Amino acid sequence: MISSIPQSRTFRGIYAAYVSLFFIYLVVPLVVVAVFAFNDSLFPSLPWKGFTLDWFFNDTEPRLGVFHDRGILKGVGVSLFVAFWVTVLSLFVGTCNAFLFERNSFPFKNVLYVMALLPLVIPGIILGISILVFSNSLVNGVEDLLGWELEFLRPGLVLVILGQFSFITTISTLVISARLRKFDLSLEEAALNLGASKMTAVWTITIPYLKPALVGAGIVAFLMSFENFNTTLMLVASDSPLTITMFDRLREGSTPALNAISLLLMIVSAILAFISILVQREKGVK
Amino acid sequence: MKLGNSSKLGLLLLMAPLLIWLFALILLPHVDMFFLSIREKVAPRVYQTSMANYMEFFNEPLYWNTFARTAVMSILTTAITLLIAFPISYYIAKMLKGRMKAFLFVLCLLPFWVSELVRTFGWMILLRETGIVSSTLQWMGVVDGPIEFLYTDATILVGLVYSSMLFMVVPLVSTLESLDDSYIEAGYDLGGNGFTVLREVVIPHAMPGIVSGCIVVFMLSLGNYLTPVLLGGKDSLWFTEQIYAQFITRFNWEQGAAFGFLLLILSSLIVWAGLKLSRQTLSETMG
Repeated sequence: MISSIPQSRTFRGIYAAYVSLFFIYLVVPLVVVAVFAFNDSLFPSLPWKGFTLDWFFNDTEPRLGVFHDRGILKGVGVSLFVAFWVTVLSLFVGTCNAFLFERNSFPFKNVLYVMALLPLVIPGIILGISILVFSNSLVNGVEDLLGWELEFLRPGLVLVILGQFSFITTISTLVISARLRKFDLSLEEAALNLGASKMTAVWTITIPYLKPALVGAGIVAFLMSFENFNTTLMLVASDSPLTITMFDRLREGSTPALNAISLLLMIVSAILAFISILVQREKGVK
Repeated sequence: MKLGNSSKLGLLLLMAPLLIWLFALILLPHVDMFFLSIREKVAPRVYQTSMANYMEFFNEPLYWNTFARTAVMSILTTAITLLIAFPISYYIAKMLKGRMKAFLFVLCLLPFWVSELVRTFGWMILLRETGIVSSTLQWMGVVDGPIEFLYTDATILVGLVYSSMLFMVVPLVSTLESLDDSYIEAGYDLGGNGFTVLREVVIPHAMPGIVSGCIVVFMLSLGNYLTPVLLGGKDSLWFTEQIYAQFITRFNWEQGAAFGFLLLILSSLIVWAGLKLSRQTLSETMG
């Protein structure tokens, strides 16, 4: 607070109340989802019928817990698979881009840099349909010309991975570039003077320096992929990631099992968020 | 710098992932989508180039009404988010110090880490006919029967504003933090009151943050699908639903591609105008 500025007590009181109300608004929907995961009722709504863990562990219909719900478990598996590949690919390409833009000059550098930022300002659903259209043309074109069937480029997990990768890479590029910009080049030169090859110097000096950014970008990429809906919706086939499975259930009307899986997701997200904050803090110290 | 052959090769190798990414997943798909959108089916397997799909958009009131409605609702969302978020950001940036500040800031980021689906689900539990709000109101005796809060425009706005909050708070807090307290004090010393200082000192300084927050919130609302569908129900009339329907339900890809392009143009125009207004470039805003 800026102490020299006169503010009446009433004003301060009202301001503090407003801020508190805001945080209640922020937290209430999440708390509600979490609490109703434990309601002993077939619907996630009032009245409260007592505490139960059935929605996690029970193994029979109609009170099927998430740990026995094949649809949900399969969705989690598919999402993990997709998120893993999106993370690996976007970290790899993001790191290459960071070195390219921070260390090199080449023709059309600015144009390419702006292009690399564009995916963030294209609505996700449009990224999805454009990739859907293009892959379809590609598959049909190749089939007409060469007679090859590129089955993997039909809607399905490969396209989902590529679709999510297309915009998550922008984020990983930005995060890794920001860290690389602060790197003191003389460290790498010292390694070169000591007889290391360029590759060894980068691998043993620069990459470890980038580690906090890599971990941070990796966590963000993983979560964004795991939670992505818009782009995925347009590219998905029969293997549905968790968000799509949950969306279908939500529309049908759901049991508190959906609250249970949501609560688990919140816990995992919170842990990952915590790790990334720790990593950021470590970065701040250096 | 003159490059040797080997470092030229190295540069090309380093550039390859970028070029593949940008051309195969961003540029070519959009070009292809554009050509699809100006194609008209005149007979089975026979196509001609025409603007028919775009004409269809202007001739069918449902389509452009939905389009305009989506734009207006997104503008409303942006305005409401800004109004709610500004005092909060000011409070975090200027009224708090140390631990409490860091804690509240992280608390603002919290919903972002949770999937949009879960957040929307929370609002459904609160607002539906058998939901918490309706039950509480009945219990308090304010109303007699259950009330359905879902499936109205106001509900869509509540959901969109909630999801957008983070993207407004973060840029606002960071620009407000860079405002030196002494400027605010000087404003008061020169005889300004709270309102004039806000108008003449704080808001002009925060303008870059306001603009980048507004751009992101507007764009995300425009392209949102989940919130309007789940909270707005069948009559939510969001433009992304039209795109989905053309592609998946009706299998009229030509029409869907035209719709996609129109949405992309609107969204790009807004981003461009916002950047022009605040005299910023895309690279500065993002970096």
